[in-house]
Amino acid sequence: MSLIRRPKDFYAGILFIVSGTAALLLSRSYPLGSASRMGAGYFPRILAFLLIGGGVLLSLLALRSTQKEDTKILWRWRPLVIILFSVCLFSWAVDFLGLVAISLVLVFVASSASSEFRWKDALISGLLLGLAAAALFVYGLGIPLPVWPVFAGGGL
Amino acid sequence: MDALLGNLAMGFGIAFSPVNVFYAFVGSLVGTLIGVLPGIGPVATIAMLLPLTYGLPTVTALIMLAGIYYGASYGGSTTAILVNLPGEMSSVITVLDGYKMARQGRAGAALCIAALGSFFAGCVATLVIAAFAPFLADAALKFDAAEYFSLMVLGLVSAIVLAHGSILKAILMTFLGLLFGMIGTDVNTGTARFSFGVPELVDGIGFVAMTMGLFAFAEIATNLEQTEGERKLNAEQISRIWISWQEFKQSFPAILRGTALGSILGILPGGGATLSSFASYTVEKKLAKDPSRFGNGAIEGVAGPESANNAGAQTSFIPMLTLGIPSNAVMALMAGALIIHDIQPGPQIMTQTPDLFWGLIASMWIGNVALVILNLPLIGIWIRLLKVPYRLLYPMIILCCTIGAFSSNNNMFDVWVAIVFGFFGYIFAKLECEPAPLLLGYILGPLLEENMRRALVLSRGDYTVFVTRPISLTMLLLAVALLIVIIVPSVSKKREVVFQEE
Repeated sequence: MSLIRRPKDFYAGILFIVSGTAALLLSRSYPLGSASRMGAGYFPRILAFLLIGGGVLLSLLALRSTQKEDTKILWRWRPLVIILFSVCLFSWAVDFLGLVAISLVLVFVASSASSEFRWKDALISGLLLGLAAAALFVYGLGIPLPVWPVFAGGGL
Repeated sequence: MDALLGNLAMGFGIAFSPVNVFYAFVGSLVGTLIGVLPGIGPVATIAMLLPLTYGLPTVTALIMLAGIYYGASYGGSTTAILVNLPGEMSSVITVLDGYKMARQGRAGAALCIAALGSFFAGCVATLVIAAFAPFLADAALKFDAAEYFSLMVLGLVSAIVLAHGSILKAILMTFLGLLFGMIGTDVNTGTARFSFGVPELVDGIGFVAMTMGLFAFAEIATNLEQTEGERKLNAEQISRIWISWQEFKQSFPAILRGTALGSILGILPGGGATLSSFASYTVEKKLAKDPSRFGNGAIEGVAGPESANNAGAQTSFIPMLTLGIPSNAVMALMAGALIIHDIQPGPQIMTQTPDLFWGLIASMWIGNVALVILNLPLIGIWIRLLKVPYRLLYPMIILCCTIGAFSSNNNMFDVWVAIVFGFFGYIFAKLECEPAPLLLGYILGPLLEENMRRALVLSRGDYTVFVTRPISLTMLLLAVALLIVIIVPSVSKKREVVFQEE
């Protein structure tokens, strides 16, 4: 029997304590005011205290709980990191690669997060989705993104 | 009555314009399309498709979004019946008997009764909204800041009641959401709060980007952890989408009861589609002569909940449109969409923009017609879509969300917001903290603070103002009562556990 009976509650509690503390520190400089004339810092500080208090309670209950032990948390960062990385690539490179090419990159990279990744399928769907996205979002809805790479003339 | 008919006539005049009918259909179609696709719920669907509506006039945009919402809900039921996969919470209950019916080769009947029940419920709910919304809006116009504050507290507490899992966590997620809502310029004093000197943050975090991160990205990441199982399709057995007279007679009372339940539960803050469908199933099972049929393909078990969730989905527009209080995550998104179009949700919508209000209500009926027209003949296409593997689907969702996040302000900053919230969303999912109360808190945060401040200015800092005004007190007491009701069973359950361990 480990000390932390319910890890999900325990770490969630820590998360709330950390967020509350951060909010408290960040709102230090905002004027507090009084109840009848609240400053910018009044409400955030109430929330921060509530978060910290609730977080402490949650974590303590997770330690002392008489309930059955909860299952361990299984962190699997790989899929998350890959898909978020594909979005990072997009935001970084869309300006010079253009929507079609960067969509292909995004779809290909994101696809590799799946355990059933097939590179040929990913390439084909990436290309098709890139063309479709350009047609729908840029030509159809007028979203200002370049369609083609800068070195191929860029722009629309 | 005359006023009601006049208003509805005006609404239909607006909703029946070719453009609006077109978008109601497009919305229902696209919503069903995405609702059928597994692994993406209605919140993520609406967030993803929101950018498509930026260029439209406000009425048309809302009509389309509402269509997307019904479509997504309906699509969720289709997958529940055919592949045992509820597309969303409100169709979880449909799986019980719907999937059994499909296994017995009665998928056609299940789909048909779901469509008919939803249509009937949708028609009734439209009338309910038209009849009741003006009263609520009238009452709300008399509200002062203190009442508004208490009403929002009640709304937030109701959202907590509906969250699964730990109540304390849901409460804290609401606080966290309220805090995220504080980011940006403080309206009263002009102080830029929590903006870290980033100019984009002075305007607050974009709620579209935030929703995409919390719901779409995080959902995909958690879905990818499970290896894709074989989806067992019961599509082959569908010969025709129709029901026998016998089945119709059996399910009609269930449809009536489901509609009534859904219409009532949808209006309550915190109610809505999910609660309605669960309540309806319980009622049907209680009333049945032979309850053992339930869970083994009882058609009432599909008819009742499906009618109830559609009625509830529609009447849950009432608190959002008349009081400005979204009662669930989808309505929070709708409220956000209104804000994007520079319309503050609240009782003034009905008086200041009656065309918007009544046009939207009339369009609900059109949306329901669209669903029936689209779903019955197009079911073959939806079935084929179900066979698209997830590995091809999710990159498409990510791409759409990324471009969508960018397009909300035509700024790459929003894409980064989505990335950051995708990361948070995954952590929340792993710690079993529900993101829906956070979203609601985020949307209501600025309003809550504003009204609390105003109430306290008027009372010269006296906090008792919230409990000395009768309406405000009533709502706070309701909120407390709700909290007690949910806490007590879990307390007694805990006691049971302790008892057993001793």
